[in-house]
Amino acid sequence: MNIGWYLAVSTLIFSIGAAGVLTRRNPLVILLCLELMLNAANVALIAFARMHGNGEGQIFAIVVMVVAACEVCIGLGVVVALYRRRLPIDVDELRELQG
Amino acid sequence: MAELFFFIAGIGAIAGAVGVVTLRNPFYCVLALVSHLLSLAALFLLLRAEFVAAAQVIVYAGAVMVLYVFVVAYIGGGEQPALRPPVGRGQRMIAGLCTLGLFAELMVATLGSGLKAIDSEGAPYRPGFGSPAQIGELLLTKFLLPFELASFLLLIAAVGAVVLARRRGGVGEAGDERRMSALEFARGPAPLGVGSMAEAAGDIPGGVDAESSGSVSSTIGERGGW
Repeated sequence: MNIGWYLAVSTLIFSIGAAGVLTRRNPLVILLCLELMLNAANVALIAFARMHGNGEGQIFAIVVMVVAACEVCIGLGVVVALYRRRLPIDVDELRELQG
Repeated sequence: MAELFFFIAGIGAIAGAVGVVTLRNPFYCVLALVSHLLSLAALFLLLRAEFVAAAQVIVYAGAVMVLYVFVVAYIGGGEQPALRPPVGRGQRMIAGLCTLGLFAELMVATLGSGLKAIDSEGAPYRPGFGSPAQIGELLLTKFLLPFELASFLLLIAAVGAVVLARRRGGVGEAGDERRMSALEFARGPAPLGVGSMAEAAGDIPGGVDAESSGSVSSTIGERGGW
């Protein structure tokens, strides 16, 4: 398969993830949509690594996975803290980030 | 044959992504994301990135998604969407327009970039490309600093998640709980309020007075430690 096909799939997944971030209300689902966008970037990185024939793009993809894991960790911590304080799990009602 | 696998995996990935965005129940969203990640791992294999595909399946679809499932089960996200209507039509229209614009722009940016190799299969395959040996060698020689920084980032994120999610005296529950100050923490007989897992799960009451803390610590000992 040509590299362009992989880039097209990556672009489409990124757009779907962006649409999810814009339309969903639940912060958990917004985190999932962020994962979609990061994974789309991963596909593009690995496709370009294949195009150039060296492994450096794959290292980038692994670093992106690490960053995604950290983001999930902190994001889910925030969601659990919200739930503990009996705040609504809804980004439209959480207009202020005061303690 | 590669074309067939590409289309199966690509359609699976796109269907999973659409499922994440459209499904109502957050638990089903997580399951859709798992199928999406598995399809992406197949795509990575087609691109000869064997190590990244394995890491994707084990770390992402395994560990990270289990974390999501735990949090969804803890919060019980099923009843949330029924309480409130979905976002308004205006917001949905604007989001769709923004997404279409983004999609067109990214397509132009990637496919219209004029790189000649985009229309080819890529560089000729060398044995060992994308293997764990090559990735490990790169990580420990050329990309040593990013590797160490990534490990630091993971450590900081783990500490941050524990600090964020631990139980503490909140706005609504000020009556029966009190904050541990640093001084109390230093001189207390049993250091409660340290944000341990057992405390976060509510097994240990957050703030107890001094005479009952001995019994609490004994119960901790019976349960087999923190």
